[in-house]
Amino acid sequence: MEEQRRKELEEIAYKVREHIIRMSTDGGCFIGASLSCADLIVFLYKEFLNINKDNLTDPERDYLLLSKGHDVPALYGTFAEIGWIERDRLKNHLKTNDSIYWHPNRNVPGIEFHSGSLGHLLSVSIGIALDCKMKGQKNKIVVILGDGELNEGSIWEAALVAAAFKLDNLIAIVDRNKFQANIRTEELIPLKSITEKFEAFGWGAKSVDGHSFDDMSEGFSSFPIEEGKPNIVIAETIRGKGLPSIQERADRWFVNFTQDEVSMLLKELRGGKEAELTSETIIAR
Amino acid sequence: MTYEDLLHELVQKDDRYLVVTAENRAAIRGLPDKIGERFIDTGITEQTMIGMSAGLALRGRIPITHALATFITMRAFEFIRSDVGIGNLPVKMVGAVPGFLSDGNGPTHQAVEDVSIMRGIPNVNVFCPADEEDMLLGLPKVFASDSPFYIRYNNLKPEVEHKKDFEIGKAEVISEGKDVTILVYGFLLREALKAKKILEEKGRSIGIINLRTVKPIDEEAILNAVKNSNMLVTLEDHFITGGLYSIVGELFLKEKVSADVLPIALKDKWFKPALLNDVLEHEGFTGEKIAKRIENNIQNK
Repeated sequence: MEEQRRKELEEIAYKVREHIIRMSTDGGCFIGASLSCADLIVFLYKEFLNINKDNLTDPERDYLLLSKGHDVPALYGTFAEIGWIERDRLKNHLKTNDSIYWHPNRNVPGIEFHSGSLGHLLSVSIGIALDCKMKGQKNKIVVILGDGELNEGSIWEAALVAAAFKLDNLIAIVDRNKFQANIRTEELIPLKSITEKFEAFGWGAKSVDGHSFDDMSEGFSSFPIEEGKPNIVIAETIRGKGLPSIQERADRWFVNFTQDEVSMLLKELRGGKEAELTSETIIAR
Repeated sequence: MTYEDLLHELVQKDDRYLVVTAENRAAIRGLPDKIGERFIDTGITEQTMIGMSAGLALRGRIPITHALATFITMRAFEFIRSDVGIGNLPVKMVGAVPGFLSDGNGPTHQAVEDVSIMRGIPNVNVFCPADEEDMLLGLPKVFASDSPFYIRYNNLKPEVEHKKDFEIGKAEVISEGKDVTILVYGFLLREALKAKKILEEKGRSIGIINLRTVKPIDEEAILNAVKNSNMLVTLEDHFITGGLYSIVGELFLKEKVSADVLPIALKDKWFKPALLNDVLEHEGFTGEKIAKRIENNIQNK
């Protein structure tokens, strides 16, 4: 990727992270998971998907569905930066006059389907991908899963079905930040090699560095990974990426920060000193 | 015409229809050869079938999904609620062998809370045909509706000629009666008809209302029955909680009306697995036993 383009994307990702940080007060948000997939989502909308403001309802557009749901601030931040929604609209986060809350809602342009309950949208994506195939359309159906979400049995049921239907237009991406809500994935229900598991289920699999635009650019350059097989891409990421005070901290999963903490985090993001945080994660989610 | 013929006709007439199954093919065995790729079998995966059907509906399709009534409503419950219900998508869920129709399968296969849990989901409607004719009369409208629908599949042969005009939310008034009106959905209509005959021989005047859709429910038909009869019976192969008896109770509270109501339903227990007629005998749901329960109730007043 050309350096100028990469820098452009990196700056957009910074801005998306700023939106995420601003959404982590006045009720808070799932900041850790949103930060881990921010680069990935910016990459997908800017570099990979055939979706733009003008073809949002075109049946031949590409689709992106967010199955893990709680990282939707990264999506809304991206929508604000690519001009699908007004930046000011993000101030409606958790306000009853809008539909911007902790999980995606279809009233926001660009959201293909609501989510929140884990293990649902792989199945929904299979339906979309199958219909596109039946109609001979060439669009790509992308669904983002969490690694913790892979605990759900419905994921593996759907994985069998996608392979049986040879949905090579389906691309599942795992935001592999190695954390689930309260604990590291490998300490609870070890996933070990996700690529091997999906390969055994009949998928083509690969891994990319989910924070490197160069690496993603290469990894997403050609699909299907294997002819006639659905695709799984493991995006290796870091929960809380961009903020050392939050990064890989189990106790900074869902946090409702004070305004002062938000100011400190915004500085920390751009290289300022580490924020001194006292707000604890809210574990009742 | 059979159920399969109806699906075949609809699929040919309208591109939106797809026949989907979680490897439950009893009612649609001949369709794969007839409709090709419009027949989609997802294997024994009720959750994936429903999630996938939500995706198909997002693309403008109307998936008609099939599984046993217990598994489609309960194994896939949260997918129906969260994908189909919240999304308000026109996915049709056809549950096979609901209620007593599961015969000898045993309690794992007894969908006797399905009406309760399906009607509890916003946007999801419920159709419980009395027999094959009633089902085939109703399905074209139920399938064409913009709403998600749960259908208690029932292909038993009719024992009454049905009124041909079918409207969603409109009951079929089989007869009016001064002493008793039996409110019923599903195949138990046939036992209600037998009970009516027995009671009429004793000089009682018996009305029967075949509710057809229990959500939306025909409130007017029920309220008319309250006015015209001394007593109501709710008859259902379902737990007493959450089904027709509850629906009638909710309606009475809302309308501030009161009436004598005899519920004939399963009282917080699963039924004894056996062949259908033996189940009815054992559980007290034959026409004779229903008539007896009604007569006792009249005399004990």
